[in-house]
Amino acid sequence: MLIPYDNENHPVTGVYNAKLGIWLFLASEVLFFGAFFSTYILLRIGAGGVAGAWPLGAELLNVPLATINTVILITSSLTMVMAWASLKLGKVSKFQIYFAATILLALAFLVIKGFEYGEEFSHDRYPSTSTFLAIYFTLTGVHGLHILLGVAVNVYHLFSAKALYQENPEKMVNRIEVAGLYWHFVDLVWIFLFPVLYLL
Amino acid sequence: MSAEHTAEHLQQQVRVYFIVFISLMVLTVVTVAVSRLHLPVGAAIAVALVVASVKGTLVAGIFMHLFHDKFPFIFKVLIFSAIFFIVMIALFMFGYFDTFASERAILEAPALEEPH
Amino acid sequence: MHNNGHANAEGHGHDGHGDHGHGAPESFIRKYVFSVDHKVIGIQYGITALVFLFLGFCLILLMRWQLAYPEQALPVIGRLFGVTRMPEGVMLPEFYNQLGAMHGTIMVFLGVVPLAVGAFGNYLVPLQVGAPDMAFPKLNAASYWLYFVGGVIMLISFFIPGGAAKSGWTSYPPLAVIETAGQTWWLLGMVFLINSSLLGSVNIITTIVQLRAPGLKFMRLPFFVWAQLVTSLLLLLAFPPLEVAGFMQLLDRVAGTSFFMPSGLVISGEAYTGSGGGNALLWQHLFWFLAHPEVYVLILPAMGIVCEVLANNSRKPLYGYKALVYSVIFLGFMSFVVWAHHMFLTGMGTAISTFFQLTTMIISVPSIIILTVMILSLWGGSIRFTTPMLFALAFIPMFGIGGLTGLPLGLSVADIHLHDTYYVIGHFHFVVAPGTLLALFAGIYYWYPKVTGRRMNDTLGRWHFWPSLVCMVGTFMPMFVLGMAGVSRRLYDGGATYAHAQDYLWINQLITFSSWGLALAQVFFIVNFFVSLKNGEKVEDNPWQGTTLEWATTSPPLGHGNFEAPVTVYRGPYEYSVPRAKRDFSPQHLKRI
Repeated sequence: MLIPYDNENHPVTGVYNAKLGIWLFLASEVLFFGAFFSTYILLRIGAGGVAGAWPLGAELLNVPLATINTVILITSSLTMVMAWASLKLGKVSKFQIYFAATILLALAFLVIKGFEYGEEFSHDRYPSTSTFLAIYFTLTGVHGLHILLGVAVNVYHLFSAKALYQENPEKMVNRIEVAGLYWHFVDLVWIFLFPVLYLL
Repeated sequence: MSAEHTAEHLQQQVRVYFIVFISLMVLTVVTVAVSRLHLPVGAAIAVALVVASVKGTLVAGIFMHLFHDKFPFIFKVLIFSAIFFIVMIALFMFGYFDTFASERAILEAPALEEPH
Repeated sequence: MHNNGHANAEGHGHDGHGDHGHGAPESFIRKYVFSVDHKVIGIQYGITALVFLFLGFCLILLMRWQLAYPEQALPVIGRLFGVTRMPEGVMLPEFYNQLGAMHGTIMVFLGVVPLAVGAFGNYLVPLQVGAPDMAFPKLNAASYWLYFVGGVIMLISFFIPGGAAKSGWTSYPPLAVIETAGQTWWLLGMVFLINSSLLGSVNIITTIVQLRAPGLKFMRLPFFVWAQLVTSLLLLLAFPPLEVAGFMQLLDRVAGTSFFMPSGLVISGEAYTGSGGGNALLWQHLFWFLAHPEVYVLILPAMGIVCEVLANNSRKPLYGYKALVYSVIFLGFMSFVVWAHHMFLTGMGTAISTFFQLTTMIISVPSIIILTVMILSLWGGSIRFTTPMLFALAFIPMFGIGGLTGLPLGLSVADIHLHDTYYVIGHFHFVVAPGTLLALFAGIYYWYPKVTGRRMNDTLGRWHFWPSLVCMVGTFMPMFVLGMAGVSRRLYDGGATYAHAQDYLWINQLITFSSWGLALAQVFFIVNFFVSLKNGEKVEDNPWQGTTLEWATTSPPLGHGNFEAPVTVYRGPYEYSVPRAKRDFSPQHLKRI
């Protein structure tokens, strides 16, 4: 059985099914992270009193490491979009290099994040220490889970890409585009997360 | 994909991707540098959010092809997402501050006179 | 799950459509358990949800005994629950709280929504838009199994030490944060259910937007599909904040964070040891940001079903189809900006209360338009009083009562008196039970021939309908009286220890008797449901002479793929009694009327 517009664009909506699906998912992710940011704002304006004032992120957190992580994530977005463009142009080996780079950068991000967490723990700063640290660990943790999910999907694509590309190039390009949309969104969340948590 | 995604067009796009990448890097440096200036909280928040929004727009518009592709339905859904996102934050804050305003008004109100 | 196997066996068995991409015969498990066919998944959703509805109903029957006869032993079965729940057959307050919380959770998240969206949406949306399946069949199966796992987690929580969640289906902190382990299980279960709904809604929206048959423009969609589209958008955008809230409550419980725990909290005479600084109202905001749209998730599919049944059985087009569509879109949009009318008593300021009162009054307008359209659709029709039509007709006044009794709750001044009383219980049960449930029953009777190829028995259907209607009114109408007398909800003894409730305690018994009657009436439904599988009258493909696309294929539909050949749509969904047509119905897919 064939599902219409599984692979080709719908003449009216201009997208194939999976692209619409991922965008709908991302729309819900906007509200997912939106709720976390709302929480952050509400906790912040409610800070003070017994629990103490809201700290400046830079005083508690490692800004240089986070800046490096920002650079890493933005670079991974570039390699992701280049991977898609290369595959679209039919350069499979170039695609593989860019795509593997995306995965490695994501792993580097997670490792650095792990060091950051370790540093916080070594200073006896845990999620239970204050509401700032609670929202910091929760937001970055949930973002890290998104990265992990992206890595899992990308690793699967990396190893299945060549075979599927030979069988059905258009489908593979579409898959990479969808994976890319998700990946850029995760990057986009970090772009907001970084200043909000670390710099303000 | 649409016919616009020809090989030649894509080659042009690749150049755009690199330009966007460099702009994102520059803006990251700007964000961190501004935070070193220790501006007043309000100004710092404004600058950081404006820069982040510009970066976010670049990622969504170029990397995620929102500027390039045409699919009206998803725009509608994203606009709804954005509206509800703003509504959520705005009304949470409105609720929070209004609650405090009311409590203060009650505390500061002159005591009622005993009815005769 | 075996029943659906039988129900669909005939449909799959003899048509032998090898061209649908399944050359080799599939194993039983692949075909009926881990199937990716939207019809099988829809039936799985339906059966599971009906089982959960039954369970949720059993929980409330236990509670009703306690409310009518406080602290008296429940005869015969009371002792079966063991000393930790009902020693000597007398219900412990802790067990009462578990039943209350789980009744709400099961009915809303495991019963009505999966039945309305999971079952009806899954089964009918692809058929009504003329698609071979959902857009993402595997994702569809994944959402069912996430729902299933979530339901199992909820059920297991009854058997862990301390029992299931006890802080109400709303799970307000700080109480929910300091509760026993059952609350953690509740939160885990909710994460599964939320993700299930998210995947399901992505699937339904994509199906409706992308997979409509040629000629099926948006304004030619059956209203049921419109209702499912808006419902799915609500689920998509409203559920994430609850997931966030659930995560944070989970962390408050297991990682010692203080998202919802304010400073200076004293619990059982001891200072709370967490960092404090949190905000208990934050939970309520995030929860109701979901839970008010959720109310419309409960009612919109029901409205969709009722409109289908009304149009079909009054043999005339819906009056004001466009008004219906715009109303339902507006309703969906507005449902996001009314949530704090659940929170008037949390000390909110007057300015924000005014804002939410205003939006609440505005949102009642589209609901009224929809009800009016339903009533006007009956005018001048040649009404057939079939069993589904009886249920659909009963929906109109019952939902009307449920909706109108909500208005005083939306006005903060009246709400001060009515908040958290039985009036609230009466109000939302009128919407969900005599409203949504009657509509869902209408849907089951109406589409049963589509799913099984057999009709449910009409006599048993009537025996099911009339006592159900009477007993539902008998159950929920007295709650308004109880509430206006000031009796609070969630009281273990139904108010027996309160002086102001003494004159109204007999109402508790009246409600309990009615609920027993309601339980007895469901016997007719259950018997009818199972007996008709084997012995129901066999029907032809279009037994109700319907116009929409689900009747364009066989009953039950062909195997995976639904339609023998792609269908094309030539007209709107409700072309009944068209002048000069040779029949009183003109199916959407036939070129000549």
